[in-house]
Amino acid sequence: MYGNAYIETDGSKVHSILADEDPIKLAEFEARIAAGDKIEPKDWMPKEYRKQLVRMIEQHAHSEIIGALPEGTWITRAPGFRRKLALMAKVQDEVGHAQLLYSAAETLGKSREDMVNDLINGKSKYSNVFNYPAPTWADSAVIAWLIDAGAIVNQLANSKGSYGPYCRALDRICAEESFHLKYGHDNVVFLATGTPLQRQMVQEALNRWWEPIMHFFGPPDKASQHSEILMRWKVKMGSNDSMRQTFLNMYVPKIWDLGLTLPDPNLRKNEETGQWEYSEPNWDTFKQVINGNGPCNKERLAVRRMAEEKGRWVRKALLSKSDEYVTPLA
Amino acid sequence: MKINSLDPRISRAELDDESKIGELQGSEHFQTYEVFQQIKRGTHHQHVGNVHAPNAEMAMLFAKEQYCRRGAAVNLWVVKTADVFVTEYQDADIFETTEDKLYRDPNSYKVMDRINAFKARTNNA
Repeated sequence: MYGNAYIETDGSKVHSILADEDPIKLAEFEARIAAGDKIEPKDWMPKEYRKQLVRMIEQHAHSEIIGALPEGTWITRAPGFRRKLALMAKVQDEVGHAQLLYSAAETLGKSREDMVNDLINGKSKYSNVFNYPAPTWADSAVIAWLIDAGAIVNQLANSKGSYGPYCRALDRICAEESFHLKYGHDNVVFLATGTPLQRQMVQEALNRWWEPIMHFFGPPDKASQHSEILMRWKVKMGSNDSMRQTFLNMYVPKIWDLGLTLPDPNLRKNEETGQWEYSEPNWDTFKQVINGNGPCNKERLAVRRMAEEKGRWVRKALLSKSDEYVTPLA
Repeated sequence: MKINSLDPRISRAELDDESKIGELQGSEHFQTYEVFQQIKRGTHHQHVGNVHAPNAEMAMLFAKEQYCRRGAAVNLWVVKTADVFVTEYQDADIFETTEDKLYRDPNSYKVMDRINAFKARTNNA
């Protein structure tokens, strides 16, 4: 479950980024990508390509791990045994996705332990939506349907990117996410077509989650040479705004179809342009939350730290001194 | 401050919201295993990814959990990544001439042209 990467774009640095790259190798690399060929782990690649990919895949992996927590809140109190089993399966899937993504990032030279360290020390980011709580069962339904839907929009685009190991991981992930989407939709529909109280519960959850969902795809893109290069290298596969448009176009009609409303009076499709119009969510809130001041940031990291601390003796006991770590092959 | 969570399991753990842990050490790496899955008897095993594990038995357990969550599978292999001998992509020229060796390709043998010409010749004679 993941939105767009928070790629720092600083147009003034573009020339220095490419200045010390071998121009012949760079041309070959770019020609390979332009021809639709994939880049594999030991291929030559520009330093900036490696750096942005590590950052992006790592953020994605952390988002899967942390993303399991808000929904996991409801495992003990899921309404009914079948839903409990399904929710557990979904949460397990998310953790499995993190494993696949950590492996893909490792092929670029950053060890899994370094990534986990950077997560629990707060150096690495993860998707902002997971810093919000899920106060009711309906919140877990809205997350499973709409956050996963947003993630699929993003992941399908990224699976057409240029880095082989990331594409392969995303292919597997997208296949599993389609279960999450159906599961989430089923839960939302059940509540939305139920008693007045159930409808009220899902409507309130939707109201709570609308701003985080609009934040999910990231701030409006500023056109810069840097993002142009990342698009050319097929690291970034679409602008934040275009992903947001795709999502709105696919899911707002489905939400309205259930007689539910969205807390934005300006939300409508402009039939002339085919584009959705909406009120910009509060991007200051977004910055506040991503910098550690959201309602659940501390809890999410504390839980992750606890898992590391309490699991450490098990890992140590299993470790054999003669084992030598090598990076995964592909 | 102790974290008061919506998740009763987290509240019970009485976590300190400012607690820090030391850096994990590099030596805590498990080795990696490459995973090969056979979906159906009679088909090839195919590489599907890798897992981190302290030994082959646990690698098998993780591989089953990670790669056989859905759909069919009848067999799994795990192989230490370190034991796999690989070619380098930069040496891909070693495969370059393979496609030129048409004498290895059944489609490069066009006998019917000769047979038809022969038949035409002998029938006319």
